[in-house]
Amino acid sequence: MPTSTLTRDTPPPGAPAPRRRGPAGTLGARRHGRRLAADLALLAAALAFVLPLAWLLFASVDADSGLTARPPTDVTWDNFDAVATADITFRPLLNSLILCGSATAITVVAAALAAYPLSRYRSRLNRPFMLTILFTTSLPITAIMVPVYGLFVQINLIDTMSGTAFFLASSQLPFAIWLMKNFMDGVPKVLEEAAWTDGASSMQALVRVILPLMGPGVTVVTVFSFIMMWGNFFVPFMLLLSPDQMPASVSIFELFGNMGSVVYGELAAFSIIYSAPAVLLYVLIARRLGGGFALGGAVKG
Amino acid sequence: MTKHTPAPAGPRDAAAGAAARVPGQAGGGRRPGSPKHPQPPDSVLRALLRALPVGPSVVLMLLFLAGPIAYCVWIAFTDLQLSGQAESSFVGLENFRTAFGDEGFINAVWLTLVFTILSSIVGQNTLGLALASLMQRASKTVRTVTGAIVITAWVVPEVVAGFLLYAFFRREGTLNSVLDWLHLPSQNWLYTLPILAVSFANIWRGTAFSMLVYSAALSEIPKEITEAAEVDGAGGWRKLWHVTLPMIRRSIATNLMLNTLQTLSVFGLIWAMTRGGPGDRSQTLPLFMYEQAFKNNLLGYGTAVALLLLLVGALFSLVYMRMLRTEV
Repeated sequence: MPTSTLTRDTPPPGAPAPRRRGPAGTLGARRHGRRLAADLALLAAALAFVLPLAWLLFASVDADSGLTARPPTDVTWDNFDAVATADITFRPLLNSLILCGSATAITVVAAALAAYPLSRYRSRLNRPFMLTILFTTSLPITAIMVPVYGLFVQINLIDTMSGTAFFLASSQLPFAIWLMKNFMDGVPKVLEEAAWTDGASSMQALVRVILPLMGPGVTVVTVFSFIMMWGNFFVPFMLLLSPDQMPASVSIFELFGNMGSVVYGELAAFSIIYSAPAVLLYVLIARRLGGGFALGGAVKG
Repeated sequence: MTKHTPAPAGPRDAAAGAAARVPGQAGGGRRPGSPKHPQPPDSVLRALLRALPVGPSVVLMLLFLAGPIAYCVWIAFTDLQLSGQAESSFVGLENFRTAFGDEGFINAVWLTLVFTILSSIVGQNTLGLALASLMQRASKTVRTVTGAIVITAWVVPEVVAGFLLYAFFRREGTLNSVLDWLHLPSQNWLYTLPILAVSFANIWRGTAFSMLVYSAALSEIPKEITEAAEVDGAGGWRKLWHVTLPMIRRSIATNLMLNTLQTLSVFGLIWAMTRGGPGDRSQTLPLFMYEQAFKNNLLGYGTAVALLLLLVGALFSLVYMRMLRTEV
């Protein structure tokens, strides 16, 4: 870090005079041309990225949708009506909500508690602990799902919502602690000390002073954890067995299951309903995340 | 309660306590309630009280992460099967020997390599950098629209992304319609080049992350430096190679590492698109592991594969930590 700070500061701060040699007009024209080229290139990329999404939107309102993205000739809401039943939409979504909601609650509470001493007290154990956390953050969770399945069978947690929620929460915990600690480091200690002199205990200081002050940070951790779990397919796919407990990420395969008889319009409609919460929540926190949020939280420290 | 003491006093107290304890122990008498030296038990107690909030997290992670990993290491050396077997026995390195002699495993390793290099290192990383640097120059509207579309592809749940790309690559799908319209030869992508199709799917889904990382990194390069390079006559490529890339090299390293780790564990996307097929032509390691453990009921063998995957992941993870070690 010190080296990059050094290079960043190299231009002398005392000399901000614009160094414009040569005719200003050419430079401006060149810049204009380059902007146009950049715009065109970006639009081409956007077109390529939007095609699969366009299929989703078109197919969901098309009376006889195929696999090609084309504007529907016959706009209808029938697909949405068809999937709006308890079995297809409401129960899986409710399952997703219960599963991811409780897992997110566990993650956020545990992470906030853990972040407090890590951020506030100096200890020889802090650094090894945070390094272990960082290490765990990047382990491929997919790889441990087979042993987790075996373990869950042994201790009778297989096919239980609570067991799955606890596992989801734990798998998200390292990253949540990491983010939460870094957000908490940003809250000045002075305010907390004021609370202490007023007779608050450290837990009271955490709940009444620190967490409200780092509200945006807590929101980011909560929403991010929830989105990650909402989209998680492999964990519930492995740990839940009975169909009436399946969250939307797994139950969607029922719609898609027997490939011959897929009603693509309904699949698209359900996909939209299922994706909407994740997209909306992301929009909610997008500004807070800023550019490269993971790095904002994780790398810059 | 001593909790009211401002935190900075904490370490100093602890140090004083430790120093005070030494003569006490030398004297042989340990009196916990000693009125003369209340410090030692008190500071230990306080250290424990302070660490208490970390407890729930530690318990959760030990139970659900460390536990399974330890269990993984154990059953990778056994012949545990899913059904019809009362108990498993220790078989040593048998599972690993089987793996390295198993054509299916070698195939999965190759496909994982192709998938990772193509979609993460070449695809997501390069495209993300290209988009980010184009965005620096583009007009605001185009920038916002493109950003929104690329990020939507990233936020959509994994399985939905899989379906979308399945529809895109199918014989009667969007890609072939576009190719027909351009009078280019079309083909059944999911059958002829399944690994290419899933790699492109992963690029589609994962580029947004690189784009965000690089946008942040590029915006931190001071304008003076790029302008100075321009004035000195550096063209686009030379500027990129000699100025931009060296300045964002830390972001490049971090991004490559995170992309690779993420790509190594992709399951849902491939499962939704091809289920590893046709045959085993898009069966990367996670899918191979799943098939061995659950379709063939070889839990021990599947776990051995999982352990290898975990080791590769851990290796990458360690490299990643070394790069960040100054910042913890």
